[in-house]
Amino acid sequence: MSVLAYLIPISLSLGAVGLLAFVYTVRSNQYDDPEGDSRRILSDEWDDHPKP
Amino acid sequence: MTAALRPPSAAACPGCLATPAEAIIPPPETARIALSLPTIHCQNCISAVERGLNAHPGVADARVNLTLKRALIQADDGVTARDLIAVLDGLGYEAHELDPGALQATQTDRAGRDLLIRLAVAGFASMNVMLLSVSVWSGATDATRDMFHWISAAITLPAIAYCAQPFFRNARSALSAGRLNMDVPIVLAIVLALATSVWETSLSGEHAYFDAALTLTFFLLAGRYLDFRTRAIARSAAEELAALEVPRAIRCTGDDQHEVAVSELTVGDLVLVRPGGRMPVDGEIVTGRSELDRSLLTGETVPVFAGPGQAVSAGEVNLTGPLTIRASAVGQDTSLNRMADLVAIAESGRSRYTSLADAAAKLYAPGVHILSALSFVGWYLWSGDMRVALNIAAAVLIITCPCALGLAVPAVTTAASGRLFRRGMLIKHATALERLAQVDTVIFDKTGTLTTGTPELTNLDGFTQSELAIALALAQGSAHPLSVSLTRAVKAAGVKAAEVNGIVERPGYGTEGRYLGQLVRLGRAAWVGAEQGNQTAAWLAVGETRARAFHFADNLRPGAADSVAALRGAGKDVMLMSGDSPGAVQVLAQRLGIDDWQAEALPQDKAARIAELSAQGCKVLMVGDGLNDTAALAAAHVSISPASALDAARVASDIVLLGMDLTPIAEACDTAKRATRRIRENFRIATVYNVIAVPLAVAGLATPLIAALAMSASSITVSLNALRLR
Repeated sequence: MSVLAYLIPISLSLGAVGLLAFVYTVRSNQYDDPEGDSRRILSDEWDDHPKP
Repeated sequence: MTAALRPPSAAACPGCLATPAEAIIPPPETARIALSLPTIHCQNCISAVERGLNAHPGVADARVNLTLKRALIQADDGVTARDLIAVLDGLGYEAHELDPGALQATQTDRAGRDLLIRLAVAGFASMNVMLLSVSVWSGATDATRDMFHWISAAITLPAIAYCAQPFFRNARSALSAGRLNMDVPIVLAIVLALATSVWETSLSGEHAYFDAALTLTFFLLAGRYLDFRTRAIARSAAEELAALEVPRAIRCTGDDQHEVAVSELTVGDLVLVRPGGRMPVDGEIVTGRSELDRSLLTGETVPVFAGPGQAVSAGEVNLTGPLTIRASAVGQDTSLNRMADLVAIAESGRSRYTSLADAAAKLYAPGVHILSALSFVGWYLWSGDMRVALNIAAAVLIITCPCALGLAVPAVTTAASGRLFRRGMLIKHATALERLAQVDTVIFDKTGTLTTGTPELTNLDGFTQSELAIALALAQGSAHPLSVSLTRAVKAAGVKAAEVNGIVERPGYGTEGRYLGQLVRLGRAAWVGAEQGNQTAAWLAVGETRARAFHFADNLRPGAADSVAALRGAGKDVMLMSGDSPGAVQVLAQRLGIDDWQAEALPQDKAARIAELSAQGCKVLMVGDGLNDTAALAAAHVSISPASALDAARVASDIVLLGMDLTPIAEACDTAKRATRRIRENFRIATVYNVIAVPLAVAGLATPLIAALAMSASSITVSLNALRLR
């Protein structure tokens, strides 16, 4: 059962990474325009170089 | 809602369209311009709009938000919204300026974000603790079980301390006010569950309720978040309606004319109001002659004459000639804002309504506490073991905890509001749907609500061809609503304009010219020497002959007749109450088949009538748009106003109708009824789960596994039942 000593911290930290990533997306306004963002990805306007 | 969110001005003052205001210069401190783009819908629209705006000189950055159908532009001071609207017009997109000050989304954003993060933390923690709990339920023993419990405790305690703060806060404020709400049993259950679980764990006990405390928090936060989102969407749409009316005025200082924000005007300022413009302040006319449309304030459709020395109130629309007024009251002191006092008085009656959720909580909270306390006392007396008794009390509290009740109302209101929003109705108030479901009497305002406020010629047949030709020649040069309507009707009849020379518009009176050497006039009754009747009319005088009247009736709003018929069909009493003259009201009432009507009603009369009906036990739905309806809207059990209504009326009402069509009103009553039925059903489902699980808990048979199953199953059933409404 000593494998638990590794597995539990690993699963917890993976979960925490997901949680932190979610908190980051909320804080950086990534849910302000869900409809627009889902469509912007289809536009090829800034494919060659990023928007200045 | 795309086509529905047109600028209210289009319907509120027809003159605005005929004579657009001149270039609008935004105040220099706000370089940020916000535009509403109701017609954009795809990625090509986004690219085209952004490319077009960014190419405009002076624009630093333009970004489109497709969800809100808005563009936010960072630009130099020299760039005006007017220029950008012209640019977008050239690209084929309709655009309207929004007042960035009125779009105060930041505050609500922060609250929503806060809830969302709490929800995410609760979800993360409950999933991890649930994993550990599953291994305990599937047979972990001794040291392994203790370790799992301690890890669960280490995750749960900080997570609850952070996530459940909204409940702690609400419960504290309820207790300090000496009341019980839904949050008190929630907090008690969470705290007791944690305390007994920690105690059990420290004694190497078998049962710990860490997972239950967390899932409970998660489900309840989900309910709160749904509730919040529904209201945030409604608030943002309501804000957009307010932001479409950019409050600007033209101040005259010496020979100069400056466009300033209405808030900067002070008493004594000279303000120029162009034809088609709305009075920004209360004041007195200094120069100019015109006619005023007061329909939004009083409900009268007949324009009144305005000349120097006459007092005007904020909100009236100037129709024919430019007026200079001296401000006598600005901002909060204008008659428009003083009406707010009346609203405040009327509103105090409304706050007495208890929502279904509160009513349920009032029955439920004491019951739960008593049941839990009784099982504690009973077990303590019977077994004499404090630990067992406390454990059972905690199990009872957790199982009865209003998890499903917390979701029952928000899930249904979210589904119902979403459905109505797609039909063009904005539910602003949390309990508006429940109140709408109880309505048995509907009172309509006339001008601007059942009618569009634009006149329609009714007696075209009574005139000869030559008279019509003269009238057309005189009318087509004027922007007055009656002239515009007359021109349209006569042209549609195929009449060509006669050759009238020297046409001059006399603001406030009418238009005159010479036809075959005779003086011809089209205008107000008194000006052409006739008696003013009780109907809206424009008078035509040819030479010395008796003047004859063109009669006008208000255009019906689309769906008005259907809506009235549907409401009567549903067994509701329909009434009409208007500030307009008896003649006009009677004609409309007969046209729509409304028997019960009242004309020349003052704002106080309307509110008093509603109070009287309410005292008789009627649940009144008020539909109105004007300032004269505001007190009535606030006094009614529930109220609806169209998007073209005055800001004050929209604020006072619970539901805003976004489109021109009135048909959704009858449908909304139906949806509201079904929603309320669904809420009651959800309460019943939650009760059934409790009836099954509570005896188990009281008998001491409930394990954490049963608690988790009962809680999740009831929450999911309730949510699915709510979704059937969509």
